[in-house]
Amino acid sequence: MQWGSASDFFAMGGYGLYVWTSFIATALCMGWEVLALWRRRAAARAEQRAALLGGMDETAT
Amino acid sequence: MNWSKYSAPQAFYPLAGRLIPWFSVMAVALMGVGLYMGFFVAPTDFQQGESYRIIFVHVPAAWMSMFLYVVMAIWAGVGMGLNARLSFMMAQAIAPTGAMFTFLALLTGAMWGKPTWGAWWVWDARLTSELILLFQYAGVMLLRTSIDDMRRADRSSAVFSLVGVVNVPIIYYSVQWWNTLHQGASVSMSTGSKMAATMLMAMLIMTVAFWLYSIAVILARVRCIVVERDSLLVWDEKPAVSQEVVEVR
Repeated sequence: MQWGSASDFFAMGGYGLYVWTSFIATALCMGWEVLALWRRRAAARAEQRAALLGGMDETAT
Repeated sequence: MNWSKYSAPQAFYPLAGRLIPWFSVMAVALMGVGLYMGFFVAPTDFQQGESYRIIFVHVPAAWMSMFLYVVMAIWAGVGMGLNARLSFMMAQAIAPTGAMFTFLALLTGAMWGKPTWGAWWVWDARLTSELILLFQYAGVMLLRTSIDDMRRADRSSAVFSLVGVVNVPIIYYSVQWWNTLHQGASVSMSTGSKMAATMLMAMLIMTVAFWLYSIAVILARVRCIVVERDSLLVWDEKPAVSQEVVEVR
């Protein structure tokens, strides 16, 4: 362990801006990808469901 | 066990659904371990100070960007050879994740380049060929969306991705073939590693974590693609609804 304090840790020996930008950007990209997939899945399933039920209504009437 | 049955989207869809939670949990756990090791166990680099810690996202992202391109091209090739729908869907599902990792490799590389070289970007062989890889991913995805006929879109983007594979060895060996500002390989099959053991360990754990993450999101995307392509898909619906649909028909 090479960090004396929390501020020491966040400073990253003066490279904090570069190190934290890299890690936060990576986390944001991954989080965004997972969220986008979640929404895409919900949309696809909603459409599928509508198609299924819509098809049923057509044949029922 | 007969694996070939999973080449049918109907059989693959529920299998992928069961695998996703496992890969996700393992990815998150390994990222936790990798970040802990990277920030608290690995020592400060004697030359680059703390800035080297970018390596724990930069190298895994760069490796994934190249690896996923090759896997995408292999699926595209299998799709072309066997005319298998699921293979094309796999290729389609890999492209966005590969593009994301290429973007991250370039971005984190800029974050590393500024403090170590004094420049965000240089037109060095490694950086330029990696930027071309990003354009290749963009090309594969744009080509697909620009063609309405699904089968033609599959085949065109497959040809595009197969031709582009030549760039992957160029990226990989660029630091040997040309005199680049980008540092050479720190990990090599022939000479082993030039890094401290804990640094290497943290980097490899992060790489495995990114790998598992990629598998999880790609499987999730394949499932979306299966549903989107086969709009009247019944097999994953609740049994009651499926039964109703079957009866009405």
